[in-house]
Amino acid sequence: MQETGLQETGSHSSSHSSSSSSLYGADATADVLPVPLLEHKGGLMIAVKATLVRDLTLLLRRRGEVLNPLVFFALVITLFPIAISPDPELLATIAPGLLWVAALLAALLSLDSLFRSDYDDGSLEQLLLAPQPLAALSVAKVAVHWLLTGLPLALMAPLLGIMLALPVGSYAVLALSLALGTASLSLIGAIGAALTVGLARGGVLLSLLVLPLYIPVLIFGAGAVQAAILGDGVSAHLAILGALLAASLMSAPWAIAASLRISING
Amino acid sequence: MWAFIHKLGSPKWFYGISAKLQPWFWAAAALLLITGSLWGLAFAPADYQQGNSFRIIYVHVPAAFLAQSIFISMAVSGLVFMVWKIKVADMAAAVMAPLGAAMTFVALFSGAVWGVPTWGTWWMWDARLTSMLILLFLYLGVIALRGAFTSRDSASRAASVLAMVGVINIPIIKYSVDWWYTLHQPASFTLTSRPTMPTEMWLPLVIMVLGFYSFFIALTLMRTRSEILRREASKRWVQELVNGQMMKVPAEETR
Repeated sequence: MQETGLQETGSHSSSHSSSSSSLYGADATADVLPVPLLEHKGGLMIAVKATLVRDLTLLLRRRGEVLNPLVFFALVITLFPIAISPDPELLATIAPGLLWVAALLAALLSLDSLFRSDYDDGSLEQLLLAPQPLAALSVAKVAVHWLLTGLPLALMAPLLGIMLALPVGSYAVLALSLALGTASLSLIGAIGAALTVGLARGGVLLSLLVLPLYIPVLIFGAGAVQAAILGDGVSAHLAILGALLAASLMSAPWAIAASLRISING
Repeated sequence: MWAFIHKLGSPKWFYGISAKLQPWFWAAAALLLITGSLWGLAFAPADYQQGNSFRIIYVHVPAAFLAQSIFISMAVSGLVFMVWKIKVADMAAAVMAPLGAAMTFVALFSGAVWGVPTWGTWWMWDARLTSMLILLFLYLGVIALRGAFTSRDSASRAASVLAMVGVINIPIIKYSVDWWYTLHQPASFTLTSRPTMPTEMWLPLVIMVLGFYSFFIALTLMRTRSEILRREASKRWVQELVNGQMMKVPAEETR
């Protein structure tokens, strides 16, 4: 019923096209000057919120994509006791590093899809054309990526920590360090994702570009968990992770925006 | 000042001026490298602790210096290209990347060779070696990204952005790796507390470093010139230049 109604209105407007076009033309000339460059109610916060809501809705509709990194994380952690040894003492010593490397790879795995679907359907171009700064809008996209990848990984890590016989008392630090660290990883990784989004096979190249830049986060993230196990103070590690996050939050958005422009124009 | 920058931006002007500069740098490189290696390898005294194996620093240290300097100059060229759209800067950055990767590899390899008599192993997760390895991966990333694009302009700009991101990250990586190494320090093999080098040992090193830099500048000039010819092949002055040379060669052959 609705479709036929639409068709009718379509044919209706086309039959009167000659009269309506002249009418629109007159309107347009009258409205050319008053049209503001920035639309009313088109503020930065509204645009950022709209991007957040849109991306969250889209990703929550494709739950499989959200779950995949988590399943990957669990699988990789399962591989290590099989490959190395089921001995709890040995596993406990390597658990912080294993958990961090596996979480890092899981976060990396999901990066390729960060801008991919938007690039394919053209909505990325609309984001570029928006009057609001692209850097702010891309931060919103990265925030959604972290909310649905980094945060779940951080919350899931203690569970896998139990399976790897991670000493009691380091679970909170593990989750906190991963939550802080994956936010930096999402921001840094988004630069690589933005640079490779225009390439047909950007996946492997993306990891080659991004992994060397992940090393500082990995060092301090895994270091925090190890310090917690040894009973040292963890605040220094967490503070440096926070500093890395602050630095990447400050500088990465500009690089992401510049890279997106390169990928779209190329 | 602006006129100078505009001239610098013109590939034709650069092609001409680099032709004049190039021989001087080649000559300096040859002189310094021959003097430095002869002096360093044959005449400098042996180290009291490491014997003759220390002499590898005459290759290792200049290569390591150059590996880091080339990345920085690549990022600076990228910045110049992005801000002022000077094409020559991007051509220079493009030809520098493989050279920098090669220098990083030389530094890593000579470090590994030096490790055999000194540490008793080819590879140690030493802080400096690890940073160098990461630097090699950064170079490979820039080269791979440039190669992945079909459009040259996108490739240039993407590689410039990545080089700048990399150069911001290099100090962060360096210090975090140093910190990681002091935390996990294995049995102490380090030779950082060596007594100061005598003059007859470090003077050849300085000469070698200068020689490596001259070699780098000369090679970059040479490769940038061929890159100019390749990218500007459709320009009239390049065609006139090439045709002129092609006309000359048959003329000489017939004589």
